[in-house]
Amino acid sequence: MKNTHDYRLICGMEIHAELKTKSKMFCGCKNDPFHAPAPNTYTCPVCLGMPGGTPVANKTAVDWTIKLGLALGCKINLFSKFDRKNYFYPDLPKGYQISQYDIPFCVDGVVQTSEGPVRIRRIHLEEDTGKLLHTTVAGEKVTLIDFNRSGVPLIEIVTEPDIRTPSQAKEYGRKLRQIIRYLDIADADMEQGGMRLEANISLAPAKADELPKYKVEVKNINSFRFVEQAITYEMKRHAEILSGGGTPEQETRGWNPNTGKTFSQRAKEEAEDYRYFPDPDLPPIRLKKQALQRLKAELPELPDMIVSRWHTTYQVEPRFGELLNTTREQASWIDEIFLAAAKEGISANSLASAIVNRKIKTQVGDKPKDVLATYYAAFATEKIDASELDRAIEKVFAANPDAVAKYKAGDQKVIGFFIGQVIREIGRKADANEVRQALIAALK
Amino acid sequence: MAKKVSTAQVKHIANLANIPITTREQQELAAAFSETLAVVDNLLKIDIKNIEPTHQVNDLENVLREDKVDEERMFSQEEALANAARTHEGYFVVPRVIDEN
Repeated sequence: MKNTHDYRLICGMEIHAELKTKSKMFCGCKNDPFHAPAPNTYTCPVCLGMPGGTPVANKTAVDWTIKLGLALGCKINLFSKFDRKNYFYPDLPKGYQISQYDIPFCVDGVVQTSEGPVRIRRIHLEEDTGKLLHTTVAGEKVTLIDFNRSGVPLIEIVTEPDIRTPSQAKEYGRKLRQIIRYLDIADADMEQGGMRLEANISLAPAKADELPKYKVEVKNINSFRFVEQAITYEMKRHAEILSGGGTPEQETRGWNPNTGKTFSQRAKEEAEDYRYFPDPDLPPIRLKKQALQRLKAELPELPDMIVSRWHTTYQVEPRFGELLNTTREQASWIDEIFLAAAKEGISANSLASAIVNRKIKTQVGDKPKDVLATYYAAFATEKIDASELDRAIEKVFAANPDAVAKYKAGDQKVIGFFIGQVIREIGRKADANEVRQALIAALK
Repeated sequence: MAKKVSTAQVKHIANLANIPITTREQQELAAAFSETLAVVDNLLKIDIKNIEPTHQVNDLENVLREDKVDEERMFSQEEALANAARTHEGYFVVPRVIDEN
């Protein structure tokens, strides 16, 4: 029986995130679908798709999309436009979604992961759809629609098929969300659906260059852990089908976190046919180089840059740095602490290690001087007077003649025992290294 | 010269729009669509060698709005639902689109 080791994963991801602008993408309705007091209270003729409703693009949403592109090292299309993606479904009252087809705002970027770079193919801006609730009313199967979410600005970030392991998919998703949150353009809340994950998965023979002739799309995954699990599950499923001589069916699947399995969501008999065309209601957008420069200048210091700055300035190992920059707030708090530590001659790396490994209890916002005091209390050593040290050593030797004999017979390991005993005898935070030196001298 | 639209293509387009049509309507629409395409095909006679392609015809660019909530234009829930065929507790109601039990 063949297993997944005979194949390699070819995986790309599509991630949607709702931008947290004040108003919707193409109208002035309030953009706050998760906190609306009741369904269908944030709507107008535009986002309800009424005849005559005229969409006008939200400038902030356009700027933010480009900012994300710049943060991911994308090329920005100075000329861009919106297109209509036509499909018939009750979550879209107009019968089409305003999206971007052949000229997205951003192309060709990259997100670095510990397992290698994941190239970004494109980032485009579109509108979210209404929310559907499938339920039963008075014994009849119905679908309820709430258009509070209809027209909320939505960015879609599409990668190249560069993801090679399920854990890399998880890391990519987390890093992307971290960057989005640093830019402060979206809450990217997964549980509420503010950020949604999709993975395109196929397997290729491990030892061949050929690309697979199929791909399976797993949609609407709402956690990074689930995306990792779904890909792992699909890899096993595909390997079984492929090793039996078959090809997995090209289809859309969903992820059921309760069963830990994906399931077929295939409903369409026909290939997707969206008949895209430029939206005649929305004139194209031409960006000036100066506008791009302004947006670039507004970018905050990004997570990877912070890790490398801490490394150069404070010699903090990246493995600690990466755990201390999860949010902008945390990073700027840590910055204050490192600065204070440097002034007092404390090693920022030891401090970072203590915080990461929870050797000292801290939380974002603690005053640097309090953090340093806690660190001192937990780790710093006191200078012990030489005569006090000698007295303690004599006492320990007197109480443990066997151990002294052992050491003299060549068993150097007992030194550790002596260090512990001497420090206990002194009853304060003696420097273990100094104690060791004194012990070695005394045992000569 | 003009391409003929087949009844299969008409059926496909009707399906995409979720509009049920009869076999007779399929044939009528296939003929009508073919006629429309023939008219549009007249454009092929025009020499466009020196004309830049465009995405629009009104010459506008960069029509954008500031990110401001415009409460004046927003509907109350009652107004939003006023023309709905069926509603339930503030929602629009349509026949179930997914059968998931």
